[in-house]
Amino acid sequence: MSDDNLFELKAVAKRFKKGKETISIFDDLNMHIKRGDFLAIMGPSGSGKTTLLNLLGGVDQPTSGEVSFDGARIDSLSEGQLATWRANNIGFIFQFYNLMPMLNAAKNVELPLLLTNLSGKERQQRVETALKLVGLADRAKHMPSEMSGGQLQRVAIARAVVSDPKLLLCDEPTGDLDRNTADEILEMLQLLNREFGKTIVMVTHDPAAARYATHTLHLDKGQFVDKDEPVLQEKSA
Amino acid sequence: MSLIAQSSAVIGMNIKSLPRRLWMSLAMVLASAVVVAVLLAFLAMAKGFEATLQSAGQEDVAFFIRTGSAAELNSSVMKEQVDLLREAPGIASDENGKLVSPELYVIVDGTKKSSGTDANIPLRGLEPQGMALRHNFKLVQGRLFTPGTDELIVGEGVLRQFEGFELGKEVRFGKNRWTVVGVFSTGGNVFESELWADAKVIQTLYNRGSSYQSVRAKLQSGASLEAIEAYIKNEPRLNQEVQSEAKYFAVQGESLSYMAIFGRVISTVMALGAMAGALNTMYTSVSDRAKEIATLRAIGFSNLSAFIGTMAEALVLALLGGVLGALAAFLLFDGLSASTLGGSFTQVVFSFEMNGQLVMQGIWLALVIGFISGFFPAWRATSVPVAVAFQSRG
Ligand SMILES: Nc1ncnc2c1ncn2[C@@H]1O[C@H](COP(=O)(O)OP(=O)(O)O)[C@@H](O)[C@H]1O
Ligand SMILES: [Mg+2]
Repeated sequence: MSDDNLFELKAVAKRFKKGKETISIFDDLNMHIKRGDFLAIMGPSGSGKTTLLNLLGGVDQPTSGEVSFDGARIDSLSEGQLATWRANNIGFIFQFYNLMPMLNAAKNVELPLLLTNLSGKERQQRVETALKLVGLADRAKHMPSEMSGGQLQRVAIARAVVSDPKLLLCDEPTGDLDRNTADEILEMLQLLNREFGKTIVMVTHDPAAARYATHTLHLDKGQFVDKDEPVLQEKSA
Repeated sequence: MSLIAQSSAVIGMNIKSLPRRLWMSLAMVLASAVVVAVLLAFLAMAKGFEATLQSAGQEDVAFFIRTGSAAELNSSVMKEQVDLLREAPGIASDENGKLVSPELYVIVDGTKKSSGTDANIPLRGLEPQGMALRHNFKLVQGRLFTPGTDELIVGEGVLRQFEGFELGKEVRFGKNRWTVVGVFSTGGNVFESELWADAKVIQTLYNRGSSYQSVRAKLQSGASLEAIEAYIKNEPRLNQEVQSEAKYFAVQGESLSYMAIFGRVISTVMALGAMAGALNTMYTSVSDRAKEIATLRAIGFSNLSAFIGTMAEALVLALLGGVLGALAAFLLFDGLSASTLGGSFTQVVFSFEMNGQLVMQGIWLALVIGFISGFFPAWRATSVPVAVAFQSRG
């Protein structure tokens, strides 16, 4: 495995038990994600995109197989260890923003910093920087109920990057937005990838959104399928 | 460090999200308030009754009644026996002689202001010595009765709870007429629930000859009840038992201790009901916040912070109720005058007595309600799967 791989999945299986039935989402999934990639994952509804994102984000554990991040296995970490790992390495961006409705924009962005040892002053500076980055410096005191969908997603992006994680995981980040607003958000993600070197994994069903990514993978029935994207076949040298 | 920051942030968010569950939260506050108020009402009642009797009894007053009679009402002491008791060892005296008070205790009828029904009032016959023996006796209106006349003085409690005992009023018990010439206080204790008149007059009106019912005697400092007991034993003409007046009233005061027990049982049963409601409120709170909890978990917040946040919400709501309940109990019940059947089937007038210690008991009950109703939902909050954060709004 080469050093420029941020993620490496080997023989990953994921099954859910539903009553007496067992549904198999993945049987033998293999993939790697390079540092600095902006990877789009596409696929029909129910193909396991969110499940994959959960495995990458340490939100869920594989039934079997290996998930390595930065050369270290994360599939055997405890729940508490995973929480710390997520805090240190991952920024999440959700389809429905998932902001805390009772906190203003700045307080929402500050949340990940509460897990660090930064002082109140340092936290405030970081929040300001993050809000400036997403163009909402003047909305710091606004409540989520006072903002549009596009603004909410930008606050969510500020929250995802405020603690400077290596990886951003986005689940349908533009799924709830109109075309123009979606493009703004995608441009912002592209900027984070290009200028700030963030590795991004984005689940989407929108081909227009996938065009902003550097690579696209198509997921179907628990397997990546060939769609003129050579990334998957590229074995680590 | 981080746990404190996480937890206080989560607690803050929970509290701020309370308006979303306004009515359920208010119901929980109210339920906890009612339970605490009920508990405190009973405890304050029992406490007030106990204090009324206990503060009446003095350690340095020896109290004599006929052996086995348990209370003044069914006791008797002959005049010759009073004279013998006067000579018992360790009895104090002043310039008028021995500080000994032979007393009569008969029951008369009065009409309660609150209900309009008849109830028993003790009419005590005593002499000036007897009044001197009550350490906090004070005439608050009028004058003392004149010995040998049908004048009486009335305790403040009787005046408050019964009709027709105002100064100057004529009262009639059976065929006997009395005139109220004074109102007295004994600092709130049980003697205020009595009427006092001249012992000799009562002996005549109630055909008691020269007999009495109880004897009180002031003890010299250092005098022992054992010595008096021995004296009685060696004097075949005496059939009295002796105890300190304090002890006598302490035993009488226990007759209402079932109030405190009753209050605790009632409020425990009510607390169980309140807890069931509170549990429901808190489970709703957790499911209402599930997506927020999951999102915080995704960001890296610990399970413990979700637990603490939910727990804090439950404790805050229950405590708020507890404080409101205690406040309501204080405003409604503290000092509230009531009367109830005490010993000897007479009415004892007493005041509900609230104090810091009782209020603390109420607050503790509220905290227990909060803790139990918060614990299980808080536990559930820790098991909200992080994946919930990715679900669409349901
Ligand atoms: N926690 C779960 N328990 C049972 N089945 C699940 C669970 N999570 C996802 N699934 C199932 O796994 C399949 C893939 O789901 P998901 O990864 O959400 O798909 P996608 O995001 O591509 O639409 C679906 O059929 C879904 O019902
Ligand atoms: Mg999905």
